[in-house]
Formats: sequence, structure tokens, C-alpha cells
Amino acid sequence: MDPIASHSLDFFDGDRSVNSKTVARSLTNRILSGVCITLSLLTMVPLISIIFLLLKQGLPLLGAGIFTELPPAAGMTGGGFGNAILGTLAMVGIGLAVSAPAGILSAIFINEYAPTSRLAQTVRLVAKLLTGIPSIICGVFAFAVVVMMTGTFSAYAGGLALAVLMLPTILLTSEQALMGVQSAYREAAYGLGATRFQTIARVVLPDAFPAIMTGVMLAVARAAGETAPLIFTALFSQFWAKSLNEPTASLSVLIYNFSTVPFPHQIAMAWTASLVLVAFVTLANISAQTIFSRKN
Amino acid sequence: MQTSKEAPVKMTTDDRNLLGRPDFISVKDFNFFYGKKQALHTINMDIPERQVTALIGPSGCGKSTLLRNFNRMNELIDGVHHEGDIRILGKSIYDKGIEVISLRRSIGMVFQKSNPFPKSIYENVVFALRISGTSKKSELDECVERSLRGAALWNEVKDRLHESALGLSGGQMQRLCIARAIANRPKVLLMDEPCSALDPIATVKVEELIRELKQQFTIVIVTHNMQQATRCSDKTAFFYLGKLIEFADTPKIFSNPSEKQTEDYITGRFG
Repeated sequence: MDPIASHSLDFFDGDRSVNSKTVARSLTNRILSGVCITLSLLTMVPLISIIFLLLKQGLPLLGAGIFTELPPAAGMTGGGFGNAILGTLAMVGIGLAVSAPAGILSAIFINEYAPTSRLAQTVRLVAKLLTGIPSIICGVFAFAVVVMMTGTFSAYAGGLALAVLMLPTILLTSEQALMGVQSAYREAAYGLGATRFQTIARVVLPDAFPAIMTGVMLAVARAAGETAPLIFTALFSQFWAKSLNEPTASLSVLIYNFSTVPFPHQIAMAWTASLVLVAFVTLANISAQTIFSRKN
Repeated sequence: MQTSKEAPVKMTTDDRNLLGRPDFISVKDFNFFYGKKQALHTINMDIPERQVTALIGPSGCGKSTLLRNFNRMNELIDGVHHEGDIRILGKSIYDKGIEVISLRRSIGMVFQKSNPFPKSIYENVVFALRISGTSKKSELDECVERSLRGAALWNEVKDRLHESALGLSGGQMQRLCIARAIANRPKVLLMDEPCSALDPIATVKVEELIRELKQQFTIVIVTHNMQQATRCSDKTAFFYLGKLIEFADTPKIFSNPSEKQTEDYITGRFG
């Protein structure tokens, strides 16, 4: 008799040892399922506890003044971090203005124009290596290129450091997005006599756009929270920036600075800044996802 | 378009257009290679104007490869080369002066799996016009109605032209792809197993459409379905292992083939 048929007969022939084996197996099954569910729940603990802690510690100081006033001097109370919010926005904006076109266009080249060329393979490899580079090294790079050349810490230098940080994420996720476009679409476009540029501009990019934007938002979310690349590129400032070519405050560096001083008000303000930063990033992520997924 | 909606269900010899040019597409000593592997061996055939020519044969016999050479789609693959010549209306498609883009614009192609763009029905149809730079609304509107009527889809979609094409049924999508392929009024319509992913009812509709379209277009169709070849083609070419075994009028191929291999294939002894 074949093994499947013999198993199906176990139920009827009342052999106790076989029956207990089946019971043991379904028990193992339940235990393992339980372990998986518990571990899945555990992965949410850090995120939830962070949000809880941020709300608890950061909410008390949250008010309109936080967004419009300058940071208080050491030992003083009141004030806000309007300049740091602006600084973060400006530097992420500069970083995005550099890395998004470079990353997306490179992805188009290595996926659409010459996927098997040596140049494409090199770019792909370099981008993968770049994702593994510690963010502080991006800061060192921008320090050497911009700060040493211009002789001043600036939002440009901070923006460039963030651009280097964002570039590989944008490039690799854009390439994935382009690879996800069905080749049948390209075939249809070529079959109708479209040039390669027309195929990319009219068919491939519109289809890949939501996924590309998701990658861009991921990069923005990561860059907005980075401290290390900004410490010795943009440095920090207690004042409103008059230009992009001077030391610039950012939320992440403000959190870093204020959390290491012995003044309770500054420490409380660091918590509020953390809450604002996380809220910004989360909001940007959620709105990007809803806007772009609806388009699809 | 003066074609009637009631197309004859059964092919008769009467609706053949005998005035057409017998060598509308002319294949001369054509060899084709994927890298070192030869996919087509010395093909010689003349495809007549405004008739339906079916290419049949087992998988891997080269019929799709030949079809994809008529608009040089195979050149999208790396490492291919050819010998010999293909002429359309007496003009070699490999001439130095021929731009592959304009060749493809004058030849419509319908693929095995319907592949409408994730755009509106309207934008799908006018794609060929848009890429050749037409943007006059009246022209585009005229093209949409003419092409969709030509593909027997107008009545089903005329109220939702600006909805996504991906909301159509499988058969409607394939007819939309046909509408898209004929939007530019091509001379030739290439169809690569256009019904293989469709249910029998949608297949009947597409086959009726093929018989109507041949009044205006020279149609070459690759099919795995021999009943389909008998139902809608005027001439049939049987391919085996990259060679053209037999090419004759469809009734002759299916009732009285000259070659033993053809007979074995159509009677289901292999393939």
C-alpha cells in the first residue's frame, strides 16, 4: 500500500501509537506557530516603545514657539528650534536635488541602456559598496571637498554629505523599480516604433514612478535623521541662517548637542526635537505612500 | 471602413482578394542566428498581399523568430545576426537607408500575451500617433474611433475611453492591442499567437476580426492551434527545426499535404 493511503487509514484502525504520533506532530506545529507569532510581536516592541517614550518626554514642550523661535542659550529656558527645522529641510533638499537626478538617471542607464556593459556593472558594484559605508565617512568626504575648499562649514557641505548618503539608496531602489516594469510593455512600445527614449519616457518611467518615489522617500527618511555627516560639514548655529554658505543648524545635531548638556530644559528640548523629527519622517513616508500608490 | 459586422464564420475561397500582390513580403535565402545557434535555415517564401498567412509548427521551430524578423524586433536581443534578405513591397528591410523605427511604425504587431500599457484605453490606441508627434485632438479622436471600430471594440468601450485599459477583460485587452497596432494604418499586421491566452468565445471574436482585417492589411499569424489556421488563414507555412517544410494554400496543407512531415504534424503524430 502506498504511504499516503496507509496514513489515511490510521484514523480508522484505532492504532494508539500512530494516533499519538499525529497528536505530537500537531502539537509541535502549534508551538512553532506560537513562537513565530511571539517573535513577530517582539519586533514591534522597539518601535512602539520609542514612540511612546518620545510622546511622553517630548510632548510637554511642544508648542507653536518651538517652530518659530531660536534655541535658548546654555542654562536658559524657553526658545525653540525653528532654525534647525529649516536647516534640516534645506540640507535634505540640497541632498535630494543632487542625488535624485543622479541616482535615477544612473539607474535608467544601467537598467535600460547598457545593463550588461562593464560601466553598468561597475556602477552597480560601487553603489552596493557605498550603501555599506558609515555615514560619518560621507561627512569626511564633504568636509574634504566643500569645507576645506570654501573654508567654511555650510549647508552646501551638509547637503553634499547627505547626497552621498542618499545616492546609493536612490540608485539601487530605482533600478529595482525599473526592473519591475514588465518587459511586455517595452516590447509593445518598440513594436509600435517607439525609440528607446520614447519607450523609457512614455512607458517605463510612468510605470516605475511610484516605486522610484518610494525609494526616494526611504532615502530622505534616512538622511533627515543622520547626525554624523552633518557634525563637521554643517556644524551648528544658534541663529537663523542668512545664506546656505554658513554653519547651519539641523534637528539631528541639535538633538545630539542638547542631549549631552547638563541642563534639564535643553534635555527636554532634545526630546521634543526628536519627536518632531520622527513625526516629520513618518508623515513624509505615509503621505508619499498614499499619494504615489493611489496614482498607480 | 466598409466591412460588415456579420463576418462569415467559415472561411470560403470567395473572400480572398486575388488582386493583391503575391510577393508583398518576400523572404530570400534567409538564415537567422541566436549567437552561434542557427534558428532559421534558408527560408524562401512569398507572403501575398491582403491575405492571412499562418505560420505553424511545433515549439522552437522558428516560426516566431521569422515573424519577429519582419519588423526587426529580434534585433532587441543581443548577439543575433542574419543572412539573406527580406523584402516588403520589393524594398529590403535591411537597406542602409531604412530606419528600423519607421519600419516598425509601418508594421503593426500583436503579441501572445495582451500587453496594453497601464494607461487609459484612449492613450493606448493613440500611442503610435503620439510617438510620431501627432497631438491634434481631432486627429487623435478620429484615430481612436476608427481603430477601435476596426478592432470591433468601439461599442464595448466608447463610454469609458478614459478609463484604464487594465480594467478590460482578457479578450477585450487583446482587441485593444489590435486596435493599437492598426492605429497607424500599417501595411502589415503581425500576430504572434494572438489567441493562445484567450477563452474560446474571445478567440472566436478575434478570429472574426482577423478575417475582417485582411481586407485592409496583409496579415501574418503564428499559431499553435491548427483549427485556427484552417479557420482564418488563406495560406499556411509549416516549419520544423528551423526549416520551411511546406508552404501552400491552407486547404491543401490540411487536406492533401505534399510532405510526410507536414502530414505527421497536422494529424497529431508529433509536435
